[in-house]
Amino acid sequence: MRTPVFDPRSKVAVQGTRIAVLASALFLWWLLTSRKWISPFFFGDPAGVFQRIVNWFVSGSVFVHLYTTLVETLLAFVIGTALGLACGLWLALNPFLAIVADPFIKALNSMPRLIFAPIFALWFGLGIWSKVALGVTLVFFVVFFNVFQGVREVSPAVLSNTRMLGANPRQLMWHVYLPSAMSWVFSSLHNAIGIAFVGSVVGEYLGSEKGIGYLILLAEGNFDIDSVIAGILLLTLFALVLDISVSLLEERVLRWQPGGGQTVDASA
Amino acid sequence: MHAIANAAAGYPRGIEPLEPPEPREYAQALRFDSVTCTFPGRTARAETYTAVRDVSLAVRDGEFLSIVGPTGCGKSTLLNVAAGLIRPSKGTLSVFGTSLKDGLNRQASYLFQVDALMPWKTTEDNIAAGLLFHGMRKDAALAQARDWLVRVGLDGHGRKYPHQLSGGMRKRAGLAQALALNPRILLMDEPFSALDIQTRHLMEGELLRLWSLDRKSIVFVTHDLEEAISLSDRVVVMSAGPATHPIAEFAIDLPRPRDVAEIRMTQRFLQLHAQIWGVLKTEVLKSYAHARV
Repeated sequence: MRTPVFDPRSKVAVQGTRIAVLASALFLWWLLTSRKWISPFFFGDPAGVFQRIVNWFVSGSVFVHLYTTLVETLLAFVIGTALGLACGLWLALNPFLAIVADPFIKALNSMPRLIFAPIFALWFGLGIWSKVALGVTLVFFVVFFNVFQGVREVSPAVLSNTRMLGANPRQLMWHVYLPSAMSWVFSSLHNAIGIAFVGSVVGEYLGSEKGIGYLILLAEGNFDIDSVIAGILLLTLFALVLDISVSLLEERVLRWQPGGGQTVDASA
Repeated sequence: MHAIANAAAGYPRGIEPLEPPEPREYAQALRFDSVTCTFPGRTARAETYTAVRDVSLAVRDGEFLSIVGPTGCGKSTLLNVAAGLIRPSKGTLSVFGTSLKDGLNRQASYLFQVDALMPWKTTEDNIAAGLLFHGMRKDAALAQARDWLVRVGLDGHGRKYPHQLSGGMRKRAGLAQALALNPRILLMDEPFSALDIQTRHLMEGELLRLWSLDRKSIVFVTHDLEEAISLSDRVVVMSAGPATHPIAEFAIDLPRPRDVAEIRMTQRFLQLHAQIWGVLKTEVLKSYAHARV
């Protein structure tokens, strides 16, 4: 009998299939547009997109845009996460405050916050800070809700035990609440990265002079669909890189969690 | 010797707090005076639940006291009062003659029924944590934690996280964590109930060995009568809940040092077991009948 080719544990088979899927998608795209079965004017063509990306990097014209978007995204990500973490901890440890703030937070969260972009543009100008502000409002809530939940889920036994060991409120924060909330925070950070990119690109799209969103807006004005797609691909690539770095950090910080092959005791 | 089967024998209720303490009072590590704990009901209605009512009990310095009773009878509530984690609705708790008004009982360490190690810290960091909280320097605390690892038989497991240890090893770590602070009182809430019977006997032996070194006052809550008798100096039987209170106490005059597994076969052990079970049985049946309604 032949060994099964589609073994989910085989790295070669998995990676090979992935590459094959990607290659076929690109080939199909190329086939459809080069034969004019669909219009390359509306759908671009892979060779043109590739050409555009190479040109951007060779001429160096893309770096200022890339840099701007990355700075905006990272700032929004870091500030939003820090604020979400701080407010989440604060509210979770103040039951009264949490109950008072509850309807406001629900309202703010259900509000379509992208609509703030024009207001932020007025408040903070067309520079990077209006985009950062937009990104922060998006990232904040994702992190905030997760931290809030994470603190609520702290095991009461661990909490009582640590208090009995003599921890003061500050030490409880550092040794119990924060580490306990961390696994929740990291699961939210993966979402937060994508959302931070949304904030900067939409902000740039609505009014700016630099950034990938601005690049896409310009290309769209010229009906240059290849550049639009090239911009989208670049953004995807960088979002992926950031996501992987979060995963790496997560592995380091959450080393204490049972991973594959190690099971948690049911009585724990 | 005869076991005293008399409610709260020797510890009269309603002691006037203004009375100057007698010398023997200082030999009392813990003293509950008419402690009542009433909790608000789960529902919005004003129904309340009285877990323990009018408990007067004293724990002598250096005594190993076990509290037995049917499950869910409020034994843990008493321990939480002793730890200062909850405040009694009525009555007072005194620690070495001083009434505990607010805050936690700083003389006591607490070993919980469930695992209470911080899962994000290694075993040695967990044991050192209490020392760090008490202001010890990091390297000194870690050195002491490693000493304790050896003493509880966890040598070489210091760098492991709690989920990498077995249930018994986690209990050893918890014991080390509690004892590292060198408390004068150790509160234990069914600490070994989740362990298999062999590990349990090992841990009981280990506990007795550690206790014999410096004779801390121990309050040991359990629903296992054999465990209570084989470990303790005195066993207090609690009534079925709600409104639990001590109904009888027995002095355990078995000689020390004891072998927890072998002592269960002795004549005196069986006598004591029969006596205490006679009292406990009716309470267990009451509790069972109550639960079935």
